[in-house]
Amino acid sequence: RTVEPLEYYRRFLKENCRPDGRELGEFRTTTVNIGKCLCSITTADGSALVKLGNTTVICGVKAELAAPAADSADKGYIVPNVELPSLCAERFRSGPPGEEAQAASQFIADVIENSQMIVKEDLCIANGKLAWVLYCDIICLDYDGNLLDASVFALLAALKNVQLPSVTINEETGLSEVNLKQKNPLIIRKHPVATSFAVFDDTLLIVDPTAEEEDLATGTVTIVTDEEGRLCSVHKPGGSPLTGAKLQDCITRAITRHKEVKKLIDKVIKSITPK
Amino acid sequence: GVMERSREQLLRQTCEAVVLGVLHPRTSITLVLQVLSDAGSLLACCLNASCMVLLDAGLPLTSLFCGVTCALQLDGTILLDPTARQEQEARAVLTFAIASSERKVLMANTKGSCSVEEMQQCLAAAQRAADTIFQFYRDSVRRRYSK
Repeated sequence: RTVEPLEYYRRFLKENCRPDGRELGEFRTTTVNIGKCLCSITTADGSALVKLGNTTVICGVKAELAAPAADSADKGYIVPNVELPSLCAERFRSGPPGEEAQAASQFIADVIENSQMIVKEDLCIANGKLAWVLYCDIICLDYDGNLLDASVFALLAALKNVQLPSVTINEETGLSEVNLKQKNPLIIRKHPVATSFAVFDDTLLIVDPTAEEEDLATGTVTIVTDEEGRLCSVHKPGGSPLTGAKLQDCITRAITRHKEVKKLIDKVIKSITPK
Repeated sequence: GVMERSREQLLRQTCEAVVLGVLHPRTSITLVLQVLSDAGSLLACCLNASCMVLLDAGLPLTSLFCGVTCALQLDGTILLDPTARQEQEARAVLTFAIASSERKVLMANTKGSCSVEEMQQCLAAAQRAADTIFQFYRDSVRRRYSK
């Protein structure tokens, strides 16, 4: 396994399974903890902790007030930030964010924009004067492959948990008044779910790669679908070439995965909402 | 910024997939791309520029690749190589890097959402358009070396 990792893997892939016992199309056990009681972040407006096998990602959402931009006076802001601190894997050094973290942040920003899961107009409080800014910080605590899937899932779970206090603008003083007692949940229109695949030897596609598998793979594909079966993102950053048919297989698997994840998230949300 | 890093990652991994790195051990290949003007389809233009420069440098490649951008307009029509204005008005903009061997997909990047059928249609259109671009590569290289 240490001397000839590729050969070791090829022997398993020939039997259509992987060293950890999974099938080629099987995901690792996914667990999600949402909210102030189960998840550790008490200062955030919404938080979620997702574990995909060993990969652990925590997402905290903080809402702040700001003036909207001049050219889009009725839109708020959503600012995602993915951090890969040096504690999650030995390849990440401390210092400015590396390329992987920045590319992941851009990917999450694209997913939010493409899927329209949060419409920026919903974040506006007073046209041209006040709007919400949602700072979504996604931090990886343990990196064992498949960062993008876990991040998207953590973001979705955290946003579902966000409770925004109601804000009114005082007519006379022009100042905003925040009412912390009255909270409304965020309106989430779409639920995007990401599914990642690793390509081996230009032909074999395996779902949910671990860090070891990602290193040996010749390419990766990430497909983000929403509940209507629409594609929010097809992210294939280079790597071995794939035919259209193989991409189609990935998409079909991604759609099935979406249903599983949606069921899991609904179950967890229902268990934490007070009756 | 973050957008540039993301583009660099896409370009780098696409180039890494075609360049035969084993023939050049302990070598660093640096591609510097400077955007002179952006009038739409920027990523596809970067991909084409990268491939041509790798050709010009004489690096051993497994296949050529070309970048094609498709814009899905609101009424469902597919527009190839959109201008900046068309990209903004489109429902979805998909960029593919198509390899010259068997027209396989090397890189895919989407902006906006579309249905699965629409994506497949765009991919098919991009694969057809790739023929035109590869012909352009051939003509350019021929012109360069015919003097």
